[in-house]
Amino acid sequence: MSDDTVNITVDGRTLPAKKGQMLIEVTDAAGINVPRFCYHKKLSVAANCRMCLVEVEKAPKPLPACATPVMPDMIVHTQSSLAREAQQGTMEFLLINHPLDCPICDQGGICELQDVAMGYGQSASQYTEGKRVVFDKYIGPLIATEMTRCIHCTRCVRFGEEIAGIRELGATGRGENVRIGTYIAKSVVSEVSGNVIDICPVGALTARPSRYSARAWELRQQPSIAPHDSIGSNVSVFIDGSTVNQVVPRDNESVNEVWISDRDRFSYQGLRHAERMTTPLVREGEALVPTDWSSALARAAAVLTPTPGSEADLGTLVAPHSTLEELYLAQKLTRGLGSPHIDHRLSQVDFSQAKADPVMPWLGMNLPDLETLNAALLVGSNIRKDQPIAALRLRKSALAGAEISLINPKRVPLNFEAAEQITVRYDRLVEQMHALAVAAGCDLSALEGAPGDAQVSTQHQRIVESLKSGERSAVMLGNLAAAHPARATLLYLARQIARATNATVSLLPERGNTAGAWLAGAVPHRGPGGVAADREGSNAAQLLAGGARRYLLVNAETDYDAASPAAAAQALHDADGVVALASYLSPTLASTADVILPIAEFTETFGTYVNAAGQWQTTKGAVAPPGEARPGWKVFRVLAEALGLEGFGFDSPEAITQEVQRACTSVELNNLLDADDKLEYPGSLAAPMVRSGETPIYRTDPLVRRSQPLQKSTDGKQAFMSMNASVLASIGASEGDAVTIDQGGARAVLPAKLDEAIPDGTVWVPMGLYETRTLGTVFGEVTVSQGGELPGEPAITAVPGIAGGQVKEAV
Amino acid sequence: MSSVPRDVTLPDPAEVLNAHSIEEIEEWMTRYPEDQKQSAVLAALSIAQHQNQGWLSTELMDAVAAKLEMAPIAVYEVASFYSMFETEPVGRHNIAICTNISCMLMGSDSIVEHCEKKFGIKLGESTPDGRIYLKVEEECLAACAGGPMMQVNHAYHTNLTPERVDEILDALD
Ligand code: SF4
Ligand code: FES
Ligand code: FES
Repeated sequence: MSDDTVNITVDGRTLPAKKGQMLIEVTDAAGINVPRFCYHKKLSVAANCRMCLVEVEKAPKPLPACATPVMPDMIVHTQSSLAREAQQGTMEFLLINHPLDCPICDQGGICELQDVAMGYGQSASQYTEGKRVVFDKYIGPLIATEMTRCIHCTRCVRFGEEIAGIRELGATGRGENVRIGTYIAKSVVSEVSGNVIDICPVGALTARPSRYSARAWELRQQPSIAPHDSIGSNVSVFIDGSTVNQVVPRDNESVNEVWISDRDRFSYQGLRHAERMTTPLVREGEALVPTDWSSALARAAAVLTPTPGSEADLGTLVAPHSTLEELYLAQKLTRGLGSPHIDHRLSQVDFSQAKADPVMPWLGMNLPDLETLNAALLVGSNIRKDQPIAALRLRKSALAGAEISLINPKRVPLNFEAAEQITVRYDRLVEQMHALAVAAGCDLSALEGAPGDAQVSTQHQRIVESLKSGERSAVMLGNLAAAHPARATLLYLARQIARATNATVSLLPERGNTAGAWLAGAVPHRGPGGVAADREGSNAAQLLAGGARRYLLVNAETDYDAASPAAAAQALHDADGVVALASYLSPTLASTADVILPIAEFTETFGTYVNAAGQWQTTKGAVAPPGEARPGWKVFRVLAEALGLEGFGFDSPEAITQEVQRACTSVELNNLLDADDKLEYPGSLAAPMVRSGETPIYRTDPLVRRSQPLQKSTDGKQAFMSMNASVLASIGASEGDAVTIDQGGARAVLPAKLDEAIPDGTVWVPMGLYETRTLGTVFGEVTVSQGGELPGEPAITAVPGIAGGQVKEAV
Repeated sequence: MSSVPRDVTLPDPAEVLNAHSIEEIEEWMTRYPEDQKQSAVLAALSIAQHQNQGWLSTELMDAVAAKLEMAPIAVYEVASFYSMFETEPVGRHNIAICTNISCMLMGSDSIVEHCEKKFGIKLGESTPDGRIYLKVEEECLAACAGGPMMQVNHAYHTNLTPERVDEILDALD
């Protein structure tokens, strides 16, 4: 027995325990049930509900197991009459003010209070006085409140403060008048807010979108993997008959612990959107018309079959949230048809230094390692909104004292205190990284034309020092860096800084399966497993600028995914043929596609996702796709058959996964590859005004884009042109005014929004929006002027053959 | 609890709090370590309430949150917990008659009744002209030896009779 182990006796069983552990942790580990409400293993101990009282010998009164540290030779009784009486007494008091509205409560059947009341409550109450009533305040489209049911365990408050890092809920008032809430009616803005629904032990906080739609005991449960970011959070899908009713987290300490983002939780609400396609569509004259699978496949085969010599005029664009199997089959089919042109990097603009591309961009560590960094530098990363669960982990490092600094083209919202936050116009990111590299004394021989007199500030020095002194430090590149016009230079500088400071280069893959896309060979220069392609094809930017005559689009919505949506729309209009595998109709698809084959979405299909830490996670479909829609891998199989291609006769989806696995057996993850070509130092622009932007959190993939509750939440409202006060004044506009942005003829009109997080000389105009699909690339020179006609609500692209009104509105 | 980063935009304290309040709050802040500004929250709220003639608007609490780098909800919690803070508009003169045990035995009920009649309002209400607020006092105000007693704008008045009450309250502006 080591020094820090003690033995205690609980209900006659001898249990080993670690010194300082709370009693409840020991009983939990031993499977001894102690009732509790306020205790939660991921939260601090509040000990305010008193439900966990147990008898400890020699103690004068019952003690709360959640707040009683173990002592050597402690003797505990959880079931003695003293313990039972204490538990029953607590239960009776908790129920005094709790409404007995279980029959109309969404929590009924999965309620901790109900369960514990069954075990420890009395059948009748002695309390005959009036009960307390609390009036609810609206806290947003995601969480429904019924605060009369609250038992003041403060789990939700502690979650906000300790885990999410945003204190939004609080306990106001006192005594009988304590209320949990936001005090003033306002939407909560945390991107992980939905977790309070799970931790609330009663029905005070429930999921608003699914409220009153099913009873817990009518639902089936299926495990799945969320495809919306490179975490691959483990989820359970609750199914009502054949429809998804709720998505909740599934514990996996190595991935998402017990949390999920709101995006993963509520995206399923988009499954039945009016733009969802449920039958194959083919173009007849001007119009798309519904048809059956065999005619659609025949049409698709006709478009995709090359005439001799025209093999290479096919370009395939596959979205990076697709399953590993879809990504793999897309490249296999394209290459099988004789074209080398396949890419998933739809929103990337800088493709230089291809040799330095890692086989798969990855974190350089396991996800839990994010919690124990000593220092980190985030470059071009809005980590809280792009990889919310990674931000929660990184926050733990920050709380433990890690110095985390950021260099970004806007000041991003954080849930931890940053050491340094450098915010510059996007065209100065390289200059900042160069100054850091100089401060770190890096070898910069591959970079040509860099200024000799780098402006090294004390901020730069502090960052370099923190990276150097930290035992475990990381230079992390995020979504904004990946979409940046000097992506390769930023990556090069990050590598050199990491080398000079002994830090890890950490790449945050941008989308749900970006890492999988690389492994599957959905890039023009590499095949599956990262081996160099026999023939290098064109990249996404070249293809979307008209580099192909015929297009195959897989899950790709060029209006929202393409770096330059206006140019992409033009390319598709000018093409000889467009075949799409898609779940939803989007404007350009509706006007250009010759054939659209409807495929399955999240929860509907078998698929593998590779996350930022290189974990392969495979999930089965939990529900059937609607109507005639089919899982993507099956569609590829029949399409390949119609095309007469060999090697697609998989008898199960697992066989596809195995084929990719075989191609990946010798893959070594390495973010430190170097290219042999030189880089030209990109100076900053002389332009007085530039556009910067990102793909906002709820515009990342087709399903998320169609989840009404997410769109209605605070983060869902992004159709603005944001700028700081001096920029706003310089164009003579006030907040809310219509402002026109012009990018070499491509235009959009948006309402102006004041945002001091945006640097000077910049208007922040996101990509991925319906309102900005008429524009060019997200970073670049623009002119803006006050005035213009604001667009109305985004129009729904009507799906032929389907009566409208399928959109299931949130209650 | 350290300061918590927030997503909400808080008002500029200088636009909500007057120069005098800011000066006083800053004086209080000097009494605590740099990283524990929130320790000054009670003082800051009193100062803000005083500036606003006796009650705290959400805007004032937000300004205090911004000044002390606290999450606004943490300030609301404090303000709503302590009975010395009013979070709804009340009359500018705060009259708190003690009704706890000693004062009750000494006849505080008749003092309450007198005041209610005098101003035509019940305990917990303010006069329509915004002059007088009859606060519901929850606890013993620690002047039991001089009961019945009341606080007028936080100043103690002991050994009350209805006449004495009139004299004190009629002298208010
Ligand atoms: S709302 Fe739920 S989680 Fe929050 S304090 Fe009340 S019972 Fe606890
Ligand atoms: S669980 Fe121990 S006091 Fe609440
Ligand atoms: S009871 Fe009134 S002051 Fe103590």
